Amino acid sequence: MSNGNKEVLTGHQVVANAMRQVEPDVVAAYPITPQSEIVEYFSQYVADGKVDSEVITVESEHSAMSACVGSAAAGARTMTATASQGLALMMEIVYIAASMRTPIVMAVANRALSGPINIHCDHSDSMAARDSGVIQLYGEDAQEAYEFTLMAQRLAESEDVLLPVMVTLDGFTLTHTAQVAELLPDRAVSDFVGEYDARYPLLDVENPTTQGPFDMPDYYFEHKLQQVDAMDNVPDRFLQVQEEFNDLSGGSYDGLFETYKMDDADYAVIILGSTAGTAKVVVDELREEGKKVGLLKPWLFRPFPAEEIKDVLLDKEAVAVLDRSLSFGSSGPLYLEVSSALSGEDTKPRLYNYTYGLGGRDIKEDQIAEVFEDLENPDLEDKMRYIGARQ
Amino acid sequence: MASLETLAKREEKKRKFESGHSLCSGCGLPIAVRTILNSTDGPVVASNATGCLEVATSRFPTSAWNIPWIHNAFENAAATISGAESAYRSMKKKGKIDKDVNFLAFAGDGGTYDIGFQSLSGALERGHDFTYVTLDNGAYMNTGIQRSSATPKGASTTTAPAGEEKYGKQEKRKNLTEIVAAHEIPYVGQASISHLQDLADKAEKAIHRDGPAFLNVLSTCQLGWRIPPKDSVKVAQKGVDTCFWPLYEVDEGEHNITYEPKEKLPIKEWLEPQKRFAALFKTGNEEVIEEIQEDVDEDWEKLQAKAS
Amino acid sequence: MAEFELKKYDEIPIGGVITGGATPELNKTGDWRSERPIWDEDTCIQCLQCWVNCPDASFEISEEEIQGIDYEHCKGCGICAEICPVDAITMKPEGEGSEDE
Repeated sequence: MSNGNKEVLTGHQVVANAMRQVEPDVVAAYPITPQSEIVEYFSQYVADGKVDSEVITVESEHSAMSACVGSAAAGARTMTATASQGLALMMEIVYIAASMRTPIVMAVANRALSGPINIHCDHSDSMAARDSGVIQLYGEDAQEAYEFTLMAQRLAESEDVLLPVMVTLDGFTLTHTAQVAELLPDRAVSDFVGEYDARYPLLDVENPTTQGPFDMPDYYFEHKLQQVDAMDNVPDRFLQVQEEFNDLSGGSYDGLFETYKMDDADYAVIILGSTAGTAKVVVDELREEGKKVGLLKPWLFRPFPAEEIKDVLLDKEAVAVLDRSLSFGSSGPLYLEVSSALSGEDTKPRLYNYTYGLGGRDIKEDQIAEVFEDLENPDLEDKMRYIGARQ
Repeated sequence: MASLETLAKREEKKRKFESGHSLCSGCGLPIAVRTILNSTDGPVVASNATGCLEVATSRFPTSAWNIPWIHNAFENAAATISGAESAYRSMKKKGKIDKDVNFLAFAGDGGTYDIGFQSLSGALERGHDFTYVTLDNGAYMNTGIQRSSATPKGASTTTAPAGEEKYGKQEKRKNLTEIVAAHEIPYVGQASISHLQDLADKAEKAIHRDGPAFLNVLSTCQLGWRIPPKDSVKVAQKGVDTCFWPLYEVDEGEHNITYEPKEKLPIKEWLEPQKRFAALFKTGNEEVIEEIQEDVDEDWEKLQAKAS
Repeated sequence: MAEFELKKYDEIPIGGVITGGATPELNKTGDWRSERPIWDEDTCIQCLQCWVNCPDASFEISEEEIQGIDYEHCKGCGICAEICPVDAITMKPEGEGSEDE
């Protein structure tokens, strides 16, 4: 990073700044902890004339996503932000937004789903949207949340993609804590994101389109296949966008996930979001003790980069997947993806699933160190482990 | 206000709503839609809630719409059009669009009185420049004639059916027109497919007024009302002439009755031709008809007082 | 009934968009009819009530005057015959009186 200014900012502020720099035509959102301040900061930028956008202060998240679909279909660059119950309430329309190929960019400040009601972080909200057809990017820190929000815009609007993108950041851990972040100059961002030209803008009154039609069994399947196709195009586009972003920022994104000291590692953990930062500290400490340990942190969860992750994991001794959400009656969502990626391989690492951090439960360095210790045991029983839960 | 000739001239120039939809023979919805679309000369963009009108006019790859049209879901026609309208204002301000465009939302009574009520109320309060049209046929007709909060007292529906013990829906319908008027928006109109000049006049006012406007249009469902298709318009006329469905507007807060029946007909004349009310005419249910008559009389008096 | 070619997933616009506006040619609903309206030009006073009340936009007009009926789309509901103030429209069972078309 060389072009911008280093500042101490919260996750809210960096995402709000990314939105200001993208300058969407429309933002529709509804308050919910721990998202609210993103839209509060953005609304202040609008009130101060720092960004020229229409903010629709809707009466629910359901209407937020509904208005976003109307706006994006109209041909406007459109953004929103939400969390937890808000995402659950808008879920019906998240699926529709994806099916209508509206490239809406949305921040999700990860928060546990009720009940019991809990305002703190886990990934149950965004994981519930994993089959909705949106692209999902998980950020580790404010810097990634900022940069992914900018890259998301390009990714969403790519001609062979045209899908909504969800950029997640861990509630409170990232949204409310001040971190050093480096913002790009406004001009550089507007050049990077460019103008949005909708393919079938509803507002083109000369060429009227019928949008959101009724499909009988004779066409629904084909429309779903189009979404499959678009999703398949995401990895290549993401890499291309990263490359262009690196040119702008001096950054070094070069993959669908980050690997940390993985090359010669025997034991690895896979973690999404901010806990990866804690895990890096543990990896460093254990490396100093001479242990060959590493970390894999997916940036892209949808589409899931199964092949690429498999290639990195195949030669490992043992791998632990740390999920921050449950899929009751099954394994964790991230574990299932990794397990599926490795299926069919004769020689593969032992694979274990841990659940951690539900409803904002702290996870400490020594608890991650214990996971690595577990992995060294070749006879470790294959069962779900709940880190830090009183059992 | 545009005469029928003017409406015809406009449709000759451009058929905004086409033949070739799959709404039932004798359905009231397309009659209202055509008249509303012909009431303006300029371009309109419409959203449409899930319902009969939506499924029967947009079966992929066919369409009955020669205007930009969007369906999103059942409960969000108002939120969806508010997004499109905001997009329009934003892009117009930035010089990305130069045309003047008007915005419409179509929904049935279920999509408005019930599941879409919050979305509508929010959009009205936010002041978007659009006209929301409820095509009220008094039940969830698309899903099989289930009771809605617009279903009139006494009507038999599949979820509040007449039977050995009950005559059908026990409760009076929600007075949505007045609830919307309480939002103090610039224009509210109550109209019927039996009075199309009146509907066209109201639609023209609604569409060209700045800010939110609302039309509640009585629209026949021959299946749900259990009437012959040919009587579609005539039965709606009875609704108006019995003052079950008065034609009026609330224009900048002022109530005006736009049609006074020459002779206010007894409510039986509205109920009797519709087999959904058949149970009311069985011995022992005379009182219910009297209650309905009292409700109608009371509401009509209240309306006249507001309009005087 | 609706008749159209079934295309492959990559031969149709994305997102379920239908381009090109309305498609009356793809859904000829005239075959729903059991009765057909017969319009008598000589009796007609051109009040346009049939035209404005038609759910299927099936009254053909030119210069704001009724010219005839689009039997490809008319579903034969009979509203026009009911509403006509001068009985210029009569309903006849399909198969009878079709020579008037």
